Amino acid sequence: MKAFSYERVSDPAQAAARAAEVPVAKFIAGGTNLLDLMKHEIEIPKHLIDVGGTGLDEITPTDEGGLRIGALVSNAALSADTRVRKDYAVLSRALVSGASGQLRNKATTGGNLLQRTRCGYFYDTGMPCNKRSPGAGCAALSKGAATRQLGIIGTSDACIATHPSDMAVALCVLDAEVETVTSTGEIRRLTLDEFYQLPGDTPEVETALQAGEMITAVLLPPPVEGRHAYYKVRDRASYAFALVSVALIQAPDGTGRVALGGVAPKPWRRDDADAALPQGASAVMARLLDGARPTQENAYKLTLAERTLAALLAQE
Amino acid sequence: MDFNQSTEDNLFDHARVIGKPHARIDGLLKVTGRAPYAYERHDVAANQLVGYPVCATIARGKITHMDASAARAAPGVAAVITTLELEPLARADSNVAHLFGGATVEHYHQAIAVVVADTLEQARGAASLIEVRYEEAKGVFDLEDAWTRLQSTGEPVANVGDVDAAFAAAPVTLDETYRTASQSHAMMEPHASIVDWSDGGQMTVWTSNQMIQWTRQALATTFDIDAGRIRLESPYVGGGFGGKLWLRADAVLAAFGSRETGRPVKVALPRPMIFNNATHRSGTIQRLRIAAGSDGKITAFEHAAVSHTLLGGSGEDAVNQTRCFYAGENRRVAHHPIDMGLPESADMRAPGEASGLAVLEIAMDEMAEKLGMDPVAFRILNDTQVNPEEPSKPFTERHFVECLRKGADNFGWAERNLKPGGRREGQWLIGHGMAGAYRGAPTMTSGARVRLQNGRLIVETDMTDIGTGSYTILTQTAAETMGMEMQDVEVRLGNSAYPTSSGSGGQFGATSATAGVYAACVALQQQIAKRLNVDEARFEKGRVVAGQTDMALADIADGEEIVAEDSINFGDFKDELEIGTFGAHFVEVAVNAYTGETRVRRMLAVCDAGRILNPITARSQVIGGMTMGVGAALTEGMSVDTERGFFVNHDLAGYEVAVHADIPEQEVIFLDTTDAASSPLKAKGVGELGICGVAAAIGNAIYNATGIRIREYPMTLDRMIDQLPSTER
Repeated sequence: MKAFSYERVSDPAQAAARAAEVPVAKFIAGGTNLLDLMKHEIEIPKHLIDVGGTGLDEITPTDEGGLRIGALVSNAALSADTRVRKDYAVLSRALVSGASGQLRNKATTGGNLLQRTRCGYFYDTGMPCNKRSPGAGCAALSKGAATRQLGIIGTSDACIATHPSDMAVALCVLDAEVETVTSTGEIRRLTLDEFYQLPGDTPEVETALQAGEMITAVLLPPPVEGRHAYYKVRDRASYAFALVSVALIQAPDGTGRVALGGVAPKPWRRDDADAALPQGASAVMARLLDGARPTQENAYKLTLAERTLAALLAQE
Repeated sequence: MDFNQSTEDNLFDHARVIGKPHARIDGLLKVTGRAPYAYERHDVAANQLVGYPVCATIARGKITHMDASAARAAPGVAAVITTLELEPLARADSNVAHLFGGATVEHYHQAIAVVVADTLEQARGAASLIEVRYEEAKGVFDLEDAWTRLQSTGEPVANVGDVDAAFAAAPVTLDETYRTASQSHAMMEPHASIVDWSDGGQMTVWTSNQMIQWTRQALATTFDIDAGRIRLESPYVGGGFGGKLWLRADAVLAAFGSRETGRPVKVALPRPMIFNNATHRSGTIQRLRIAAGSDGKITAFEHAAVSHTLLGGSGEDAVNQTRCFYAGENRRVAHHPIDMGLPESADMRAPGEASGLAVLEIAMDEMAEKLGMDPVAFRILNDTQVNPEEPSKPFTERHFVECLRKGADNFGWAERNLKPGGRREGQWLIGHGMAGAYRGAPTMTSGARVRLQNGRLIVETDMTDIGTGSYTILTQTAAETMGMEMQDVEVRLGNSAYPTSSGSGGQFGATSATAGVYAACVALQQQIAKRLNVDEARFEKGRVVAGQTDMALADIADGEEIVAEDSINFGDFKDELEIGTFGAHFVEVAVNAYTGETRVRRMLAVCDAGRILNPITARSQVIGGMTMGVGAALTEGMSVDTERGFFVNHDLAGYEVAVHADIPEQEVIFLDTTDAASSPLKAKGVGELGICGVAAAIGNAIYNATGIRIREYPMTLDRMIDQLPSTER
């Protein structure tokens, strides 16, 4: 870990202004991912701005009939909130399938959105990684690489990493928006699709956040009626990242929405795939995974995604 | 004390302490954080510095350039020692790869420098400032290529009867190839040492190690100093599983750091280095052929395997148990350890058998099905009471059939699912599987010293407790032998100042070390008898009784200490015998019919391992083995980058050991057996028996649940997803 300076701020706009002003600054809240990355020297911030005192730790109703989740609400608190459990069950289920109880107590909503990939090559600073060191090359795309966990769609010739969040997959299927404050104090609202960027030639750019811009809240629209389900498939029963996960909201008439985790650099959802839901899992995946470019080791994810959705659809 | 023949009826057959359940006596210290582990020994040496290792990022080649000037100038840094400043260190017999020194890189994450600083963060921060340039050499890292090249070559280690004729004549045969993955010990406590070699003279090492004398000798060889100048302490070990049998880079780097700075230095291997710098269990590819008559009697085995090792290592000998586990007159087995540039493979819990039985016991299941036999009945039919290669060599105590029968009864085997893929509960397919278990029961010379002080007994031996319960069973042994209560006995372990023991490994520790303590106690009894001028004395209730004498042990010596020391030496007579431990594992799994996720629902092990010294600690050993077996079956596999030559998933997020949610109800039954040829206590080890066969039992249960036969570990869902039932409704 490299030496860094540290400050606490009490106001989000002030935090954003400071982050734009101080070179190589990062926000820190729960630190459940950032501290690990700093120890490995995958992230080397020169300055940490502790946003824990900015008061963004409340869940409040919105005028539109939804919920505003403060960026500092812990994963544990969010998953246990009775309004979330009642009206946004897919989110609660996704949250409790992630990490461990201890981590969920510490991890925040904003931090969860910003967690980095778990690609083994990203984590090994002895290996070339375009995400870690732009232009260095990608070990995961070399011959002989171990890619069983990695992405099958939305990837590029520069990077095939996935986004590891479960929460973000549920937020995606809920049409949640990310609220931010920019370094000039402007408030922005971004859909998850706008928020997350595909790797293309710049896998180091993962979000649409501008210099200094800070997540202040996640906005949930009014509740979506229907069955809320989240199925996370993993090798062991708990405390593992998804091989594939499926978030589903399905109305009694069979229509609904589907998003996938564990397959792409961001939560993966398409309108035409949603529209195919009444026709079953195969029809959904034909659209949702159209254009997939799996490796030999992770091609199973294509079948697994379809079968996981089929399992959910077969459940009462 | 020499143990030159099977023991007769003795005090342990009428035991009051041995064989009884006693909670682990170090348990309270551990759960309250008062059992100090190596890296936490802040108390033992003042002014400690922290060392952080730097490791190679190529698998094979030469370091052409290292520049440590920036690291040396970094805040808090006291010293930087690079591998280029040193000649390659002498290599102890127990090590295959060089631990440090010289320009040659033999494997990924080989230690190439250590940075010593006031704090961990300063050392770690400076470590990344060291510039390294390499000349990379081409390496071979793909076991599949090696298998293609090597199978059917070389000399078999056993070739009995006429295997080819037996196969040609057999009405039922099996010929399949299987694969096991490389695995990490993944123990909770990393390799860690504090070394004080400040004056370059006496070296003191506080470390986490299973084998005190081996490691002391390895240090002496490595640094070319007299072993008498080295003191090693390892009183508590947070898991070893074979990964801490040897001297590793942590102690070597700390020693250099200490000599250079003149202060004690501590080094722990960061988790990623444990996968690629330390040792692991090699993956294997194994071909198994079995021939049988239509009556189900096996006529021939052929078992060949390849595993990887660095040059000079022995790999993972997965074929050995096939030589004697089941009957059959003709057998040929061959092991091909292949030199590859992956990190050093070495022993891990049940080395050989864990991988070999993972395959043999699936093959047995497949064979039973071909024969239309119940897999339990098939194994019973092919039991042997003699070594089938040398029928003149009997098994001393082999109650494998009883394990099978008792297991079947207790598990409810008769009610199992009979048709593969035939039982379903909702979206889950339910299956049952079983496997046999076999592991040798080696013993090693083991010594101890006992001190009687005012009626209290202190036991000193360099035996280690790696979470196994050594403190407890040695206390029981001494209390039993001396007729004392356990609270009047204090056992001190893991210190090179104490007599040399067997150490912990190969499931020889409990058997050997208890016998060594027994020998020392008998020597003490002889001294006491001599002091009392009697030929024979009885020791009971804290007293010594001989003729007219009946006095408390506290009163014998007027406050003076009586010290006795002895070793147990096991005689050659064992060479004429087969001494083993046996077991049967039964498992129920649920496999998701849609996704292929496998969840173990219940497990039963029945073990025949001689006298069980303490049913609580023994059960803990067995369920630990079963848990590790679940990992081996379902999740644990180090992913090889076959071009770059390293294990990619080198942390505990990427390498998935079983977690609580993976482990269901576990039941362990110990047969009430003794083995008089094993030791004075008639005991044998259980620590490795517990893992043997578990993975195969799970694989067989997956087959029973789904009808899908997977012959490659770990049995992750991607290996079956294309064969699962259609999801059409």
